[in-house]
Amino acid sequence: MQEQEIYAKLTDIFRDIFDDDSIVLKPETTAADIEEWDSFNHINLIVATEAKFGIKFQTAEIESLKNVGHFVSLIEKKLAAKA
Amino acid sequence: MAAFTWLPLHPEWTQSLNMAGLQPDEASRWRHFVACSHARIDFMETAKLDRALRKAFPDGLPAAAGKPIRLALLGSSTLKHLVPAIRVGALRHGLWAEIFEGDYGQYRQELVDADSPLAQFKPHIVLLALDAHHVAAGAGGSLDAALENFTVCWEGAKKNFGATVIQQTLLPVFPRVLGNNEQRETDSPAAIIEALNARLRTAADEHGVHLLAADSYTAQHGLHEWYDPVLWHRSKQEVHPRVSHFYGELVGRLLGAIRGRSSKCLVLDLDNTLWGGVIGDDGLEGILLGQGSAMGEAFVAFQQYARQLLNRGIILAVCSKNDEANALGPFEKHPDMVLRRKDIACFVANWQDKAANLRHIAKTLNIGLDSLVFADDNPFERDLVRQELPEVQVPELPEDPSFYIETIANAGYFEGLTVTPEDRERGGQYRANAEREELRASATDMDGYLKGLGMELDVRPFDSIGLARIVQLINKTNQFNLTTRRYTETEVRDMMTDPSVAAYQFRLTDRFGDNGMIAVLIGIVGRLEDKSVLVIDTWLMSCRVLGRQVEEACLNIMVDAARRLGASSLMGEYVPSAKNGMVCELYKRLGFTLEATDDDDATRWSLDLNGYEKQQVIMQIRLSQD
Repeated sequence: MQEQEIYAKLTDIFRDIFDDDSIVLKPETTAADIEEWDSFNHINLIVATEAKFGIKFQTAEIESLKNVGHFVSLIEKKLAAKA
Repeated sequence: MAAFTWLPLHPEWTQSLNMAGLQPDEASRWRHFVACSHARIDFMETAKLDRALRKAFPDGLPAAAGKPIRLALLGSSTLKHLVPAIRVGALRHGLWAEIFEGDYGQYRQELVDADSPLAQFKPHIVLLALDAHHVAAGAGGSLDAALENFTVCWEGAKKNFGATVIQQTLLPVFPRVLGNNEQRETDSPAAIIEALNARLRTAADEHGVHLLAADSYTAQHGLHEWYDPVLWHRSKQEVHPRVSHFYGELVGRLLGAIRGRSSKCLVLDLDNTLWGGVIGDDGLEGILLGQGSAMGEAFVAFQQYARQLLNRGIILAVCSKNDEANALGPFEKHPDMVLRRKDIACFVANWQDKAANLRHIAKTLNIGLDSLVFADDNPFERDLVRQELPEVQVPELPEDPSFYIETIANAGYFEGLTVTPEDRERGGQYRANAEREELRASATDMDGYLKGLGMELDVRPFDSIGLARIVQLINKTNQFNLTTRRYTETEVRDMMTDPSVAAYQFRLTDRFGDNGMIAVLIGIVGRLEDKSVLVIDTWLMSCRVLGRQVEEACLNIMVDAARRLGASSLMGEYVPSAKNGMVCELYKRLGFTLEATDDDDATRWSLDLNGYEKQQVIMQIRLSQD
C-alpha cells in the first residue's frame, strides 16, 4: 500500500472519530493539533486503525507514537511485514 | 467474529444515515435511525450512528420512542466506550436509553448512598459490569465473600432505586496456572472466575436479577475478540472496543425483553427453509429431509430448533408460496418431519405475496407485525418483506442451512427472561383457539356459543405463585392494556401487602383447554383526594379471550373489591399508546361516564356504584380470597 493511500484511509478514520470532515493529516500533526485527541480517543484511533488495516500494535509501539508521520510509517512497516 | 450476521449488508449505509438526520419531522427521523441500526454495521459505524443520533435529537428523547429507559452503567474499569453502543443497541429495539456512567470503582458506595448522583439519576436499570481483575482481587480466596459483594449491590439497586438489575457475567481473562483441572488450584484467578460465573447464575435467579452472559459470548467468539491485554494495560478497557457494538446489542435486547418487545412468533417458509428442494416439483420422496444426506440432517436440526422455541413459548406459523395440499403433505406424511401440523398456529400456503400473508398471520394470531420473525431462504422474498413491512424482523439466512439455527439464535429476537408454565402451553393454546373458532362458526347465536364453551374463570389476589407471570403480562401486554403501566417484580410484590390495593389475576379454562393467566387488574383506593374512589390503575387482558365476556366478569370483581374497600365509585383511565387503540371505548361499552380528556388524549371515566347491578356473564366464577 502506498503512503498516500495510507494517509487517505487514516484521514477517513480521523474524520470519523473526531466527527470533523475538515481534518487534513500532515506528517507533523500531533495530538496537540486536534482538540478532542485525548487518551480515550487515542485508543479509539488505535483500535480503528488495527481493524481497518488488519494489523496489531504492540504495547510499546502505542506508548511511543510521536506524530502522524511516525504512525503512518509504523503502519507501512506492519503492512509490509504482513505481505 | 462478533458480527451482526443476521442483519443485511447495506451498501449505501452512510447515505441512509445522512438521510435519517435530514428527515423533517421527529417521528420519521426516529424511524430512519431505527432502520439504520438494522444493518450489518461494525463498532465504528455504531459509534458513527450514535453521534448522528444524538445530533438529530439534541434535546434527548424523541416522542416516537416512548418512555426513555434510564440505565446506570456501573463498573470497576473503563466502560465509557460501551455507552454509544448501548444507546444504539436500545435504538435497534425501538428504545431510547439515557445512560449514567458511574465513576469507576465507586459503584458500591453509589448503590447504597441515597444522595449519590446515581440516586438523583433514578435509574430504571442498573447494569453492573465488573471486571474480572477487580473481582478476583476482591475475592481474597473466598467465593462467598465475592458473591456477597454482588448481592449487596443488587439488593441496594433494588431497594434504593427500585431498579431492575442486569449483571454482566465475568470475562474469563485469566490464563490457567494448573491446566485442564484448574479448579483444583483454588487460589487461581481463572478458577475463581469460572466458579463465580457458575454461582452468579444461581444467585441471579434467587435475587430476580438478569444476566448479560458475556462469558458465553466470549466463548463463542473467542477471548481474543473480546479482550486484549494491551488495552487492559493501556486504558483499563476489559471489553474490547471492537466488540462494543455486540455488547450494546446484548444490552439492547435485554432492555427490549424487559419492556416486552421481544418477538413472539417465528414464521417459516417451507421449500429450502424447512426442507431441501421444492415440494411441488420434487414430491414427498424428492425433498431433502432426514438421515441420508448432510443437507437433510441440517433441515431436521433446524426443525428441532424451531420445536425448542415452540416449547419455550414461541408461536410457530408457516408462510409459503405453494398449493396448500402440497405444502401440508410433508407435515402429514413425511416420517422425518419434526414439526407437525398441530405445532403450527397459523398455516398459510397460497400464491399471494408474502407481505399480505404476513399481515394476515399477525391478524389471525392477534399479535402485532413487530412480533413476527420471518425466516425465508429466498433473498427476493426477504427484501420484499423488509420493504413492505419494516416492522417484521427478517434474518439474513445464509445459503447453507447448517447455519440457519446459529443465525436466528445469535439475532436474539426471542430474548426471554423467564419461562412460565403458560409459555410451555402456548402452542397448545393457540391450537385450541383455532378449535374454538370452529365452534363459533357453527354456533347459531353468541350465547349458545359461550354456553358451549363451558368457561370457568379462576380469580385470585396476586400471590407469589402467580408473580412471575403477572410481571411478565404487565410488561409485555400492549394491545388490551388500558394504561400500559409497567411494573417491576419488586413493585408488584409491594402491592401484595398494600391494604389500599386490590390486585387480581384471572385464569380461564374451557372445554378446549386451559388458557392460563389471561388478565390482570390493579385497583387502588386513596390515590385521589376523594377516598371513596377506586382507581383502576392497570387493566390488561390477553386478546385471545376477547369477546367472551371476560371483561364484564373482571369488572364485576372490581366492583366487589371496591365495595369491600369502602369505595362508592370506580375511576377508569385510558392512556393511548401506539398499540392499545382497541380498548379506547372499553369503559364506554361497560357503562362508564366520560369525566375528562387530558391534553395527551388520555381519558378518565367513572362508574357510580350506588345501586349498580353487576353484569350477567355466562361462565363459572371461582374466587379465592386471601
